[in-house]
Amino acid sequence: MNALKRFFIAAVVLLLGRKKREPRFGERSRIVPAGAPDPRAEWVVLALLIAATLTAAGFIVVYAFDQLAHQTQYLGLALGLAFAFVAAALVVVARRLIVTEELEEPYPVPAHPGTQEEIEQLVEESGDRFTRKRLLVAGAGAAGTAIGAALVVPALALGPFLDVDPLYETPWRRGVRLVDEHGRPLLMDEIERETFYTAYPEGADREQIGAPIVIVRFEPSELHLPAERHAWAPGGVVAYSKICTHAGCAITLFRKPTFRPVEPGPALVCPCHYSTFDPTKGGNVIFGPAGRDLPQLPLAADGKGELRAAGNFSGPVGPSWWGVRSKKPRNPS
Amino acid sequence: VTRALAAVCAALVLAPVAGAQPGVGIKAKKGETLYAADCLSCHGIAGRGISSRSHPSGTLGVKGLGPPLRGVGALSADFYLTTGYMPLESPHDQPHHTGSPFDKQEIEALVAYVASLGKGPGIPHPHPGRGDVSSGLALFTEHCAGCHQVVAQGGYVPNAVAPSLHEVTPVQIAEAVRVGPYLMPRFSKRQITDAQLDSIIAYVETAKHPDDRGGWSIGRIGPVPEGLVAWLIATVTLVGCCLAVGRRFQG
Repeated sequence: MNALKRFFIAAVVLLLGRKKREPRFGERSRIVPAGAPDPRAEWVVLALLIAATLTAAGFIVVYAFDQLAHQTQYLGLALGLAFAFVAAALVVVARRLIVTEELEEPYPVPAHPGTQEEIEQLVEESGDRFTRKRLLVAGAGAAGTAIGAALVVPALALGPFLDVDPLYETPWRRGVRLVDEHGRPLLMDEIERETFYTAYPEGADREQIGAPIVIVRFEPSELHLPAERHAWAPGGVVAYSKICTHAGCAITLFRKPTFRPVEPGPALVCPCHYSTFDPTKGGNVIFGPAGRDLPQLPLAADGKGELRAAGNFSGPVGPSWWGVRSKKPRNPS
Repeated sequence: VTRALAAVCAALVLAPVAGAQPGVGIKAKKGETLYAADCLSCHGIAGRGISSRSHPSGTLGVKGLGPPLRGVGALSADFYLTTGYMPLESPHDQPHHTGSPFDKQEIEALVAYVASLGKGPGIPHPHPGRGDVSSGLALFTEHCAGCHQVVAQGGYVPNAVAPSLHEVTPVQIAEAVRVGPYLMPRFSKRQITDAQLDSIIAYVETAKHPDDRGGWSIGRIGPVPEGLVAWLIATVTLVGCCLAVGRRFQG
């Protein structure tokens, strides 16, 4: 904190203490011809830069309002206008304010020792017509900062920073019955191989990210689950969260080989970015951008043959966030 | 016809499996000859299948690999043969929709022979006319669109191509749903009832001739071609702007 304060004070002192630079090349002959100042063009540039700043700020405001209708279109419009205003400002600067000269031949190649100085002189003299240099630089800085902020702000959507606890909550606990989309309980014997089922926790809100699961069945000999999960698959029936751990899409693809010797093995696949998980090995990622295993739900069959959860998921459900692995999923209190 | 076929199948189960016994039927007999010529190298004698374990590294000159066909029924055989999925050049390739080297009679004979190998489901008879396009869309979205796209144009999935459904017949769709060819999962009658299947087929038939909502359809594959067209227009516009703003160097 102290270091930050010292840095800030040093920066202020530097900015305030800067002397106006003397024209360094006053005594030398001009390379670039002199031009008359054009204050009106400068005001136009300043107005355009302010407009760019405001539209870029508008992007952030629109981004903050989630419920806005046609939000995407407004976002595009705001950012597009911001860039257009900056472009227009640059066009005015180039056409009205930078000294231009027409030469038949390229600039003579400067001799070695003076090269640096001559280029500096060229740059300095080209900017001669500016009368409010500092104001314009401030305007350009404001526009650049606003556009930069507009580009960075959407990164906030990458993850919750403050309260991530609700994200660990799922409605699954020991004994919760599995039901299909019509609310009928799922019987273990009804689950067939070579196909997949979607199931939900009985009596829970299905819109919760932790609710939907995908169920597939294998021969118990085909399963190679981690040692601590060997009791999680009664009759070879395994259940995983239906929400991909990459971007939160629904896992709607089940890759089922017809003839194992010549075809790739079974997999649960997310159609959004092709994250591919191996359901026979506890949902580990075998392809695609997902960074975490698909959370597995331990199952048990009760006396009537109905499938029930035997606990909560093996890991947090849904797309990942910073520190996602630090806690286990739990039930809402 | 289904009942008759089922009766034939049931009768055949009792008969010895080789299928060459008298009384099995002229079709199946003809089918057996065709099977020996074109299918046996992969699916084995009498449809027993060939795995690398049963024929390690080309015993008896057999290099094929293929699943057993006993009990797959006329449904599976009809699907694989009418779509041209079988015969397959190499067992390691994904089968794709193509013209069959067999004519109609030969396919019927092969189907009869494969059906005679063991009890299995018969060729389905869907009635898309009884289906409902709207609920078909909902069902297609839920069960099929993940791979085949919502307009049934097909797409890419890991290690395979999901084929377009625009060339296939209603019977082939009904068969594929129950068979689950290649990497596609199979759907039981509990998951998709025959009535729901009719609706799905009715929707696919509609999707073959989609309505255009005005504007350019540009392949109807979403934002990618639209983006390309937008970039094309934007590029021309930007070059125009550059020409208007800048001055050509008079060398």
